[in-house]
Amino acid sequence: MGLIIMQNKKILFTALFLIFVLVIIPSLIVMTSRWDLYYTLSSVALLAIASAGVWLTFYIGRINIGQGAFALVGGYVTAILITKAGFSFWLALPFSGLFAAFISVLIGLPILRLRGVYFAMITLVLTEVGRLSALALPITNGAKGISNIPLPGELSFAGITIIPDFASFENPRMAFYYLASVLMILCFATLYRLSNSRLGHLCRSMQQNEELTSSIGVNIAAIRIIIFALSSFMGGIGGSIFAVMSQSIYPSSFQVADSINFMLNCFLGGLGYVFGPMLGTVVLYFGWDLLFQTGKYQMLIYSSLLIISMLVLPNGLLSIRLSGRKKS
Amino acid sequence: MKKPLLQVNHLTKKFGGLTANHDISFQVFEQEILSVIGPNGAGKSTLFKLISSFLRTTSGEIIFDGNKISNLAPHIVARMGIVRTFQETTIFKNMTVRESVVVAHHIRAKANLFGYFLGTSTARAEEKEFARSADEILDFLQLSSLANEVASNLPQGHLRALGIAIGLASNPKILLLDEPFAGMNHDETMQMVELVRKVRDRGVTILLVEHDMAAVMRISDRIIVLNFGEKIAEGTPAEIQENEQVIEAYLGKEEDLVGLYTC
Repeated sequence: MGLIIMQNKKILFTALFLIFVLVIIPSLIVMTSRWDLYYTLSSVALLAIASAGVWLTFYIGRINIGQGAFALVGGYVTAILITKAGFSFWLALPFSGLFAAFISVLIGLPILRLRGVYFAMITLVLTEVGRLSALALPITNGAKGISNIPLPGELSFAGITIIPDFASFENPRMAFYYLASVLMILCFATLYRLSNSRLGHLCRSMQQNEELTSSIGVNIAAIRIIIFALSSFMGGIGGSIFAVMSQSIYPSSFQVADSINFMLNCFLGGLGYVFGPMLGTVVLYFGWDLLFQTGKYQMLIYSSLLIISMLVLPNGLLSIRLSGRKKS
Repeated sequence: MKKPLLQVNHLTKKFGGLTANHDISFQVFEQEILSVIGPNGAGKSTLFKLISSFLRTTSGEIIFDGNKISNLAPHIVARMGIVRTFQETTIFKNMTVRESVVVAHHIRAKANLFGYFLGTSTARAEEKEFARSADEILDFLQLSSLANEVASNLPQGHLRALGIAIGLASNPKILLLDEPFAGMNHDETMQMVELVRKVRDRGVTILLVEHDMAAVMRISDRIIVLNFGEKIAEGTPAEIQENEQVIEAYLGKEEDLVGLYTC
């Protein structure tokens, strides 16, 4: 009986959330004519996707400050495939994610043995390596980056248009908003399912004790690689859409500060909650913007608030709502 | 003569210049309780980690059920049926007792992880079976009343039992117990002895490493004694108690004893 009520509650929450994201927000934007919000909210959704990836590596007990590198890889792969190889965006998008995942497997094989601060430091360096490679490689066009990336074209299957050409929209930003938010929802649905499946339970075991986990016959090296690849795939997807949305990509598009923000999003939202990174991204992004009016004190207030929130709520913002209940 | 389940042949492990295990050979027979004892630093833990493949051997080999298992990855050795437990601090701290045991059934899973992700019928049937089996194991080890307790809240004795429960979940042929009686008082030790016997009666062969002589004498079918990385004796508890070399290793030579009495 209790289970059915919980099931129903979950379905209700999901439905409300979907309606809010896909119907209410767009209609509010139309009513207020704040078209710029489409762009802002799309960015938030993309950052949330990348943060979800970081959350996944936290899930196996690794602090990942390298997501910026994979977002950059995703962005550049998309930019190069579209502008130089003439790919359709719809093909370049999954390819960018897969390429980022592929790179992460190569890098992950040696570095995922490291734990704690050592892994964190290596990934931090990765972000910087990503930026410097983008500056140095001939194909990425150095500091000038790649600009004038065309908007996504039409996606059709057997002659039937599934997604129309973005340029044909009166407001392509709305199309980007839907693209980013739908992908974000898919991404968090995957995360939710994963954390409630055996794979998620194994990740939690690994987070708590890797030796014990391998003693029960779990190939921990394989799971680390799978999770890191999935994490980087999300980074690559986020970067890819970001590149086409801003129609340009530069070495400075994703830097160390972005990598740290992805990690902070997870911390702020709550590492123990699947939807932590989403909430964290929203709060952090708009929190920073709201503090804009404080002028030169912006950074001071922002960082003080972050420190306080981590002291008072070490388990993240979502722990407020759930503190009264038993943690599942 | 029974066929040995596990054979250790001329096993040597060196850490740099230090020889932790030197030329150790012995056999473990099915359904026996074999204890490895020795003073601190005798190389018991090293031997234990070599058998469970948490360390690589320097030379020598370990044969299990006719297959060479030395230097395989720990999870592969576990899958073959050699499962170790840890001392009580090594647990899944934030998981409940039941969750820990359910997740430890991983070895038995036939559906792959993607199948679990999608929730295929095999995967769901297996999860159901694991939950049932976990309850059975908890019942067997008298942990049922603590099933929904978070592991980090358990007292020491129950943590040990939980460690064994996690080990049993993977359906081992040999269970390696790491100091199951350490830090326990007499009553707790006796309870644990009973528990280990019960596990053996389920058909699991037990190899344990231990300090507590009284418990070891009581529980073991055979005992192996290590000193300074070498095997100095092997035999039944009665034989070991009589063995001069063992007495020497534990109590020092007679001259030393005299010296001890005079001061």
